[in-house]
Amino acid sequence: MIVRAARRAIFIGLVAGIAGWHLSLVGLIPAFAQRRLVGDTLTFSYALLIALLALAAFATGRRYPGAAQRIPWGVLSALVSSLMLFLLALLVTHLNLRQILLNATPELARVLTFGGGASGAGLVRLLLIGLLAGLFAGGLSALPRPWGRVIVSAALMTLLLGLLRDVLGPLLPRVVTSFLYGTAGLSLAGAVVTFLLATVLFTLRWSLRANAVTARATAAVPATVRQPVIQALLLLILASVPLWAGLFLSNVADFVGFYILMGLGLNLVLGFAGLLDLGYVAFFAVGAYTMAVLTSPEVGQRFTLDFWVALPIAVVTTVLAGLLVGLPVLRMRGDYLAIATLGFGEIVRLLVLSDWLKPYLGGAQGVTRIARPSIASWRIDSPQEFYLLVLISCLFAWFLSVRLRDSRLGRSWFAIREDEHVAQAMGINRVTAKLSAFAIGASFGGLSGALFASLVGSVVPASFSLLVSINVVALLVLGGMGSLPGVVVGALALVGLPELLREFQEYRLLVYGIVLIAMMLFRPAGLLPERIHRRELEEAVEEAREIAPAEIATGRG
Amino acid sequence: MTIAAPRRFTGGRRIDISQLIVWAIGGILLAIVLLGSILTLRAGHYTAAQWRDFVVFGIAQGAIYALIALGYTMVYGVLRMINFAHGEVFMSGAMTTFFLADYLNRSGFLKAHPWISLVAMLLFSGLVSMTVAVLVERIAYRPLRGAPRLVPLITAVGASFFLQYTFRGLFGSGVRAYPAIPVLQGKLWVFQKTQVAVFIGVLITLALLVLFLQRTRAGLAIRAVAEDREAAALMGVDVDRAIVTTFAVGGFMAGIAGVLYALVFVQVQFFMGFLPGIKAFTAAVLGGIGNLPGAAVGGLVLGVIESIGPSLFFDGYGIRAAHQLKDVIAFTILVLILIFRPTGLLGERLGGEERV
Repeated sequence: MIVRAARRAIFIGLVAGIAGWHLSLVGLIPAFAQRRLVGDTLTFSYALLIALLALAAFATGRRYPGAAQRIPWGVLSALVSSLMLFLLALLVTHLNLRQILLNATPELARVLTFGGGASGAGLVRLLLIGLLAGLFAGGLSALPRPWGRVIVSAALMTLLLGLLRDVLGPLLPRVVTSFLYGTAGLSLAGAVVTFLLATVLFTLRWSLRANAVTARATAAVPATVRQPVIQALLLLILASVPLWAGLFLSNVADFVGFYILMGLGLNLVLGFAGLLDLGYVAFFAVGAYTMAVLTSPEVGQRFTLDFWVALPIAVVTTVLAGLLVGLPVLRMRGDYLAIATLGFGEIVRLLVLSDWLKPYLGGAQGVTRIARPSIASWRIDSPQEFYLLVLISCLFAWFLSVRLRDSRLGRSWFAIREDEHVAQAMGINRVTAKLSAFAIGASFGGLSGALFASLVGSVVPASFSLLVSINVVALLVLGGMGSLPGVVVGALALVGLPELLREFQEYRLLVYGIVLIAMMLFRPAGLLPERIHRRELEEAVEEAREIAPAEIATGRG
Repeated sequence: MTIAAPRRFTGGRRIDISQLIVWAIGGILLAIVLLGSILTLRAGHYTAAQWRDFVVFGIAQGAIYALIALGYTMVYGVLRMINFAHGEVFMSGAMTTFFLADYLNRSGFLKAHPWISLVAMLLFSGLVSMTVAVLVERIAYRPLRGAPRLVPLITAVGASFFLQYTFRGLFGSGVRAYPAIPVLQGKLWVFQKTQVAVFIGVLITLALLVLFLQRTRAGLAIRAVAEDREAAALMGVDVDRAIVTTFAVGGFMAGIAGVLYALVFVQVQFFMGFLPGIKAFTAAVLGGIGNLPGAAVGGLVLGVIESIGPSLFFDGYGIRAAHQLKDVIAFTILVLILIFRPTGLLGERLGGEERV
């Protein structure tokens, strides 16, 4: 028994250690060595390492019922991970691996040992921190129910605030900023105050939710009154963004908006109808290029249209493109559909890039001087002003999505997602349903592309690579396929956050890969799951677990 | 799976308008290609020797596609899923072996014992790719067996990006050039020696694969699982082990393909797996996915079409820089095959029941 538990603890520690090796050698850990979060000592790299150790301890401990077992085994895991990290530090200092592994630098060794270097001092430091992290994680998981979660959330909140110093600093009142933040990251006092405040907030939230009195109070206000009030408040906050956000933040908000639009569009196809489209960028590109060709004087027939004339044309063009892609893939099964749409996306990009179509589409240099919209004499020029346009488009797309979800068409999409054959047997027209999903989904992407082209003022083929499609799929997966709030959360986390964290850009796609795998493994329905979809996934998993394979074959495949 | 009824009401006998449109588009594309070919041949810009070189190059390239395609096909055969990350498995071998090749070159061993070095590189690359393939299966696919089809598809895309950017992080985003192997320089009659070496390498690997599948117990297990997983399990075949073996063998061949690819194209970088991966998939589907000879045939056909296509189809129209459209041809073939003949040229042997 003890041997098995020890083996398990050591194994998890080793796995976490290997994950640490991966993060270090890939460059994530050294890249953030200068990014200070709290005071002068706690950098983002250190926070990552500590989180890794604590996670190892937590993963080991969660199997056991009481603190008496959780803590020692957890600590063992964390110590094993620390040893692994130290081993890497030793290797990096004593072997010259830099010729092969870019990040195997002495600097990495210093970061890995929390400044101690690959010597006895470093080892002691690492083991000490491992011990503390293990104790901390074991202790947290042994706390009664809400507290562990509250403390972890508050700690994460504090770190996030530290991370966003450069963004939040200029926005907050001067007094608050100078109190909260030091030269880089939170000041110590600021960190303590933030942590305490966050703890109080999260506790309050939890107790309000669990409290019967509040439940009765909310029930007293009928939903017909409550919901519009909340919606109006949200809308007001959203609409006020350009007033308080600077140029940079507005730009980021615009980009998040473009991705929300695309996410809502792909959500109709992937989330509602269950068709994995890996070439969604094609519609974004068609929208952007239609806008570019119609309004820029550089290419094509040398005529230019007004933004407001070009916009509907761009959307209609993408609807046609959606039909064009949708028609041939109607009869394809899931994996073939994914590859075929990926093929379409690449074909569009390659054609746009080619010299052959250069007179019409600008080739590798792209098209510049794309028109900006204007209303009467007001020219919508800055990202702040543009934000309103993006917001209105997103709201419109959201509204359409909600209405579609609750419509007959939406129901038939769900039916197709669950079982195409049965849906058809029930009288759902597969052709119409799938084509309308593709066409409407494409139109959102086209709208997004057209707005994007106009805001940036130029389009180049490089902006329309496969990565955009993957980005959109990843944000849907993170938020929960089929879930509308999930799209927003996904876009904020996967588009907004990386834009704010400059050092992060390089590791963005690595993180997307991890997100896609981890979400499917641990939370296939996403962070904010849609009700029906979650039930469906749970059922499928249960079935797969409980029923013998032969029975699945005759049941629902 | 064994739902008996659906094919009856999904079967494509009833022709609707959407099908007609699709066929019309296909017809127009065919006409464009035929007309272009005729125009090119009449214009006579290219000599016979040039066409021959195109074909030879196409065969060498196609042979590499064939090796990668086998990995797709075998995995599809046993799991009925497409291993999207296979292109990255191919890349991982080629990228890692660069450092071995570089080391051998600088120590002078490559010059002294070129054949030993070459075999060492092939084996090393194969082993690296094999490890990666097995890890991907263990982490991203095995826990999700039995989940809805979309789920492993998404993890596969995730694994693909994870691997790409891991290698980018480890080794940097620059392009690395393999050292030239002295004995493979120059020409043998009309062929480049590297092309001959690639072709022979592929033939040997294929022969070994066939021997493995037909003559060993592990090969028998793989074939049994591909035929019917439940029945194989009931007969005492360790299904998990057969699946891991499949990934390992497929990965090993992808690794070998990686080194051969580097012999022909010299340069490697972290993104190199994407296009060959997609094309090898196209080759697998072209030959009939799940069908081993099909993958080989599909690879060769695709390689040749891709090599002569841009000149043959587009030159006659006077399109500038037609070679840029090489990948467009490959992707178009992919889409067309998926639309018009998803079972491929030689038929889909292993997954016959659940087509389209």
